[in-house]
Amino acid sequence: MTARVAGFGAAALTALALLALVPRLGNAYYLALAISLLQYTVLATAWGMFSGPTRYVSLATTAFFGVGAYTVAVLGEILPWPLVLLIAAALGAIVAGIVGLSTLRLSGVYFVIFTFGLTELIRQLVVWFEVNKSRVLGRYVFVDITQADIYWQLLALTAAVFLLGWLIARSRLGFALRVIGEDETVAKHCGINTTFAKVALFTISATVMTLVGAIMAPRWTYIEPSIAFNSMISFQVLIMALLGGAHRLWGPVLGAVPLTLLFELLSARFPNTFTIILGCIFLLIVYMLPRGVAGLLEKLSTTAGGKTRQRATA
Amino acid sequence: MTNAILTGLMLGGMYALIAMGLTLQYGVARIMNLSYGEFLIAAAFASHWLFTGWAISPFVGLALVVPLAFVLNFAIYKLLLTPLVRRAPNRDALEVDSILATFGLTFIIQGSMLALFGGAYYSYSFLAFPVQFLGETVAANRLAALGITILLGLALYAALTRTRAGTAVRAVAVDPFAAQLVAINVPQASALTFALGGALVAAAGVLVSTFLTFSASSGVVFTMKALIVVVMGGVGNMLGCLVAGLALGLSEALVASYVDPGLTLAVNFALFLAVLLVKPAGLFGRATR
Repeated sequence: MTARVAGFGAAALTALALLALVPRLGNAYYLALAISLLQYTVLATAWGMFSGPTRYVSLATTAFFGVGAYTVAVLGEILPWPLVLLIAAALGAIVAGIVGLSTLRLSGVYFVIFTFGLTELIRQLVVWFEVNKSRVLGRYVFVDITQADIYWQLLALTAAVFLLGWLIARSRLGFALRVIGEDETVAKHCGINTTFAKVALFTISATVMTLVGAIMAPRWTYIEPSIAFNSMISFQVLIMALLGGAHRLWGPVLGAVPLTLLFELLSARFPNTFTIILGCIFLLIVYMLPRGVAGLLEKLSTTAGGKTRQRATA
Repeated sequence: MTNAILTGLMLGGMYALIAMGLTLQYGVARIMNLSYGEFLIAAAFASHWLFTGWAISPFVGLALVVPLAFVLNFAIYKLLLTPLVRRAPNRDALEVDSILATFGLTFIIQGSMLALFGGAYYSYSFLAFPVQFLGETVAANRLAALGITILLGLALYAALTRTRAGTAVRAVAVDPFAAQLVAINVPQASALTFALGGALVAAAGVLVSTFLTFSASSGVVFTMKALIVVVMGGVGNMLGCLVAGLALGLSEALVASYVDPGLTLAVNFALFLAVLLVKPAGLFGRATR
């Protein structure tokens, strides 16, 4: 077992080292594409970290992404970069904590409804604040961050998310969440503090999403609430995580990589009907692959294993 | 003050109307329909098209759009949602599946409308003259819409409480499993109720289009308001729907006139949370479990 873990670790480190070399290729298009891939990989994995084990569908990815991006828009020029990231993460965690504490004690549907409206709510509050108090709507982001810097930061975040996800899955918290996902009543009777477990993981996942938004913000030079809080991101992340299979830590990547490439292609070829195509792909996944690619792979491996075992007995 | 209250009541009546269909779809057919608002906007566009293209009054338009919406929603339930109902092992699983499926549907409908009509705001001028009502000046089209809303609400309430089919629908809402034991065809009742909910939201769309400007992407806001009203009032409860709708409309109108029009959504959510933290099953909902 430890040998296997060490093998995995070595493979992951090699992959990380190879991926870190991508900006050295010197091709701006590939770098931009790699940034998109990493962005959606982190977002989808973070989404799956909470929604996978608990089966609470969160539609609020954009809300946290936007909080991060907008924090950079406001503070990016005033404070040093690491401090800005820290403040963004803290803000995301606070928002997630408030939302989690007020809705995760209730049944799952209320949580979905609330996250459905959260993006719009935060956007309206930001617009209201900007129009009435600070009197600027739309801000310029002039920070000294290159595309390669964005890429490396995202890569570091990706590694951190996977490490975190792996650690959580092995911890008491991860086990508690799996029990909650199977049956919340049973979990309560086992003495699990279900609210604490759910809020804690929701906060962790939301903080990661906020950081992605903050890291991605310098990509735009101009940010206004409608750019930062673009609900399309929530939707795309949801599709990717579902296609990959959110019940495994490595599942969402399997959806994020092919779909990012596909969306890149589609949005360039069919800009007008892109939303419709997106909806159709989404429905196909919900109907055809309810447990995602990860579920499909598991099913295939178990049936293959079953067959060999049958042959061995026969 | 009277003006704000009157505006609030009319707004609230509209929210109650919008939410009536959803409370049927979610309370009885157990489908959490996130594409609900898109159907409302689609009906609004249909009404706009009938009025500007064919000079058909929205009141006549109701008679065309509502039956069409009924048939369409029936087909959607049978084709898209029945497989999910069959697949789901329990109610929670169906909820998650229906949320996901209708979320995808949202983007298909919204994308189609964006492709057809673009992102511009639409409105048309129908009964747009002021009338005196309770000592205040209000627009005639809003008043007419409120009148029809009240009629529709009363008709629905009577149908649910006074007829045999309505009683069957309420039985399914209480317990779909036990309803089968008293010879109620639950799949059929669910499909018809879902379609009825779709017809109601189409009626709401036609009425809303007479006095509000709308665009292809404004469906989400209506979905959200309907969801908030339904949950606040207690799922599947008509009276709760009315009270919650009025409360929402009143609070919005008061905040818009005395605090800031930019904060209406914040007030919606604050009210929603306040109600749920005190009564998790909604104002008129019965606590389960």
